[in-house]
Amino acid sequence: MYDFEFVKPSTIAEATKALAGDGAQALSGGQTLLPTMKQRLAAPGTLVSLNGIAEMKGVCKGDGGLHIGAATPHAVVAKEAAAHYPALAALANGIGDPAVRNRGTLGGSVANNDPAACYPSAVLASGATVVTNKRKIAADDYFQGMFTTALEEGEFITEIAFPIPQKAAYVKFNQPASRFALTGVFVAKYADGVRVAVTGASNDGVFRWKEAEAALSKDFSAAALSGLTVDSSDFIHDLHGTPAYRGNLVKVLTARAVAAA
Amino acid sequence: MPKDHGIGASVKRREDIRFLTGQGRYTADIDLHKQTYAYFARSEMAHAKINKIDTKAAAAMPGVIAIMTGEDFVGMGGNPAGWYIPSRDGAAMKEPKRPVLAHGKVRHVGDAYAIVVAETLEQAKDAAAAIEVDFTELPAIVNMAEAVANSANRVHDEIDNNVCFDWGWIEDNRAAVDAAFAKAPHVTTLELVNNRLVPNAMEPRASIGDYDAGTGDYKLYTTSQNPHLTRLLISAFVMGIPENKLTVIAPDVGGGFGSKIYHYGEEAAVLAASKAIRRPVKWVAERSESFLTDAHGRDHVTRIQLALEKDGTFLALRTETMANVGAYLSNFSTATPTFLHGTLMAGPYKTPLVYVNVKAVFTNTAPVDAYRGAGRPEATYSIERIVDLAADELGIDKVEIRRKNLLTPDMFPYTSPVGLVYDVGNYQATLDKLIELGDLAGFEKRAAASKAKGKLRGLGLSTWIEACGIAPSHLVGQLGARVGLYDAATVRVNATGTISVMTGAHSHGQGHETVFAQIVAERLGIAESAVEIVHGDTSKIPFGMGSYGSRSLAVAGSAMVNAVDKIIAKGKKIAAHMLEAAEGDIEFADGKFSVAGTDKAKTFGEVAFSAYVPHNYPLETLEPGLDETSFYDPANFTYPAGAYACEVEVDPATGHVEIASFTCADDFGNVMNPMIVAGQVHGGVGQGIGQAMLENTTYDANGQLLSASYMDYAMPRAEDVPFYTVDHSCNTPCTHNPLGVKGCGEAGAIGSPPAVVNAVVDALQRGGYKHVTHIDMPVSPSRVWSAING
Repeated sequence: MYDFEFVKPSTIAEATKALAGDGAQALSGGQTLLPTMKQRLAAPGTLVSLNGIAEMKGVCKGDGGLHIGAATPHAVVAKEAAAHYPALAALANGIGDPAVRNRGTLGGSVANNDPAACYPSAVLASGATVVTNKRKIAADDYFQGMFTTALEEGEFITEIAFPIPQKAAYVKFNQPASRFALTGVFVAKYADGVRVAVTGASNDGVFRWKEAEAALSKDFSAAALSGLTVDSSDFIHDLHGTPAYRGNLVKVLTARAVAAA
Repeated sequence: MPKDHGIGASVKRREDIRFLTGQGRYTADIDLHKQTYAYFARSEMAHAKINKIDTKAAAAMPGVIAIMTGEDFVGMGGNPAGWYIPSRDGAAMKEPKRPVLAHGKVRHVGDAYAIVVAETLEQAKDAAAAIEVDFTELPAIVNMAEAVANSANRVHDEIDNNVCFDWGWIEDNRAAVDAAFAKAPHVTTLELVNNRLVPNAMEPRASIGDYDAGTGDYKLYTTSQNPHLTRLLISAFVMGIPENKLTVIAPDVGGGFGSKIYHYGEEAAVLAASKAIRRPVKWVAERSESFLTDAHGRDHVTRIQLALEKDGTFLALRTETMANVGAYLSNFSTATPTFLHGTLMAGPYKTPLVYVNVKAVFTNTAPVDAYRGAGRPEATYSIERIVDLAADELGIDKVEIRRKNLLTPDMFPYTSPVGLVYDVGNYQATLDKLIELGDLAGFEKRAAASKAKGKLRGLGLSTWIEACGIAPSHLVGQLGARVGLYDAATVRVNATGTISVMTGAHSHGQGHETVFAQIVAERLGIAESAVEIVHGDTSKIPFGMGSYGSRSLAVAGSAMVNAVDKIIAKGKKIAAHMLEAAEGDIEFADGKFSVAGTDKAKTFGEVAFSAYVPHNYPLETLEPGLDETSFYDPANFTYPAGAYACEVEVDPATGHVEIASFTCADDFGNVMNPMIVAGQVHGGVGQGIGQAMLENTTYDANGQLLSASYMDYAMPRAEDVPFYTVDHSCNTPCTHNPLGVKGCGEAGAIGSPPAVVNAVVDALQRGGYKHVTHIDMPVSPSRVWSAING
């Protein structure tokens, strides 16, 4: 790890100012950034910790559904969202191990947009609103490909508002080594239709399986999925699975998520 | 009531208190006065010609004290291979020099070409990054078949076709084996890969070199399973430091699994650097360095054939294997695929004719060497997979085909067709015990329950033997070993009656401090708390060959027992003097020396005290002191054996495999501490499950290690393994060592992988996927799904 400056603002306004500086990098839970820095693959001049900002923490119900502060660790989401949005809480409880869940944050995960991370599928399937220090971004506009988001320079997530579905479930198939999602599917049923978001599978990052959404919006049952096809032509090919294997997982896990919802 | 102390008692491990409370003292915990920090500059290319290494700018950076490159070690010797294996045509083994630091070429990603020493680790790292290298990249040689086929592209310029040796065992039997195949009623053929593994000891390698300019003495603290062997290699081969001027200390070591048997270049480099700068030099590997540079395990590609009668009787077996040795020969790398593999290819069976061919192949990958089981897992996997495949082809039950071919108790001692003499065993007994413990009769019922859940249940068996207690020097000498494989112990009785036992075995997690104390205390009739086990320091131990090959108890333990017996014999002399009796009349039992037929006696403590306060000794016939050393060289290998059953549930929709149960019936000879034996089996089976289901080491075509971190290298975790059922009651004590012990450290890793793969294939066969006759390890979900849908 190279030397760096460290600041820990206590308000969003202070953080915004700090991140406007040259070479400044936001630090949330550090579960990706710190290992990268240890390997000397990243060398930010200043780390701006978002962990001391009280207004970015906590879980509460509000106008937009369930509002979760971006600096809220997974373990807190697992506990405090359970009564309101069990599928989201269960997702949080399945990320990494206890150490990861107590440091890693919702905002950090969604800002990083790892193509195999769990949270992006919940955000997208819930049609959530990503609130930043500058604006509000609809989930459909936020995710723009592997490790790519709508966030601009100096912009950071402060809160995410999840509309609460009638029924939902997240089913994840673990990558055997990292236990990230080899493929994960989040299914959420709302009064106005079903949303299905897939993580871990595509070279483009998290995406909505619209064909399944249409079928499930008519008939919310696993049977409704039979006969559907998954276009796996741009799926990830790595040590742990071929595109065809991931395509199969999308179908199998979607059916299981519907059954579990 | 089970015993609570002594031989056979499940005494809790005394060392665990310090390990579990953070009081262990590992190499990385040691900091010396005026210590400096080393960082190694390592190749990012798999294969390249070194044109120039310019260290000028790096040497001028803050805190940098010294930089040494391969040029600085040209005058030193190479790190040698411990076994000489000639080819079947008589050609000599190819032994390219393995230098301390790469010189001329770099030959694998991670090959170190410079050591940078600085006041801080960060400074050393910064300077290493500033070294200017001019390398010409050469095509990487990764795939063994291509390496052998391509004479133009060479890992070592002087070695045509990259072949280290082409070994036949036993060459004189080859014609008879081929003849048996030519007329056999049935031949089963299988091609399989024994996947390469990264050892992943919890503690990464670490070394501190400490040169004393005043005395000219060198001290090396290092993560070693055998400090004496490391001293010998550095002294006699690499650096030429006289053994009396070099002390090697391996303090607490956090796991080895074979990877810390070997001498590595970093050890010589920190010693040389320490001498150059006259300050201690410390190096601790990062996890990434462990992935890239620890000697890997396995990596065989094998074609195996079994000739049978239609009734399943084995007639002959032959194999052709390519064994990857990586870029350089590590110390045991030539023995592992040959005398620890080829000699095991008869397994526990009566197969009368066996022929084994092994080509060892150089590639631009990390060196490959012994890893828990070392050659024997590769042999067992090949045999047990083809036995299952043959049973399927002939429509014979998997238990029956084994029972029909297993050696029977009346056949021991049994001379195998591949050159070993099994002294004793009862393979039917362990198989019967397995059938009972694993409730094999209830399998169909469990399979039906699985089916109701949408899962496919499979049952996989493995009946295995191994040769361990390594090793009889006279035998291994004939087989090409360049060292003896005896061990030594000193039993020092202190004046107050406490005991220090200096053993040549090295404990890096096995529990020697507990078990050895149990044995010594029981034989001397004293409290275990009075016995201290000392290991891992060449200045304290008479000599030793270390711990690997399940040898500690069978070899070093035997030396210890013999030394204890010498103590008792000397104690009888002292007691005879004290009791004014004839030495021949003294009996020793329960910690007391007594005159036979009388109530005259002296306790062990009284005799010990007298030995060090010899006020009235007849000095011409009785020396003071009570301190004895014994060297023990085994007469034969030991032959643990067992029968394993694995049950799996396969989810055909995803290919996910869950191990539903794993049952082991083992014969380890006499058992000293059942709890520790069970723990060794649990750990070994866990590693075997890791190999079978999860672990895979993948290099791409450019020689880059793709599985270079835990993000991609899957280690077994608690949720991947079941609660094991283990039994070691079917014991046939070893016939040739004083404790009747065989060794248990590697058994689980040897016997379990084929049981897992057999179970998965069985599940798919029963599920109707008849086209699936084999899946290479690791049987990952994607591979299982692809096999089903292939």
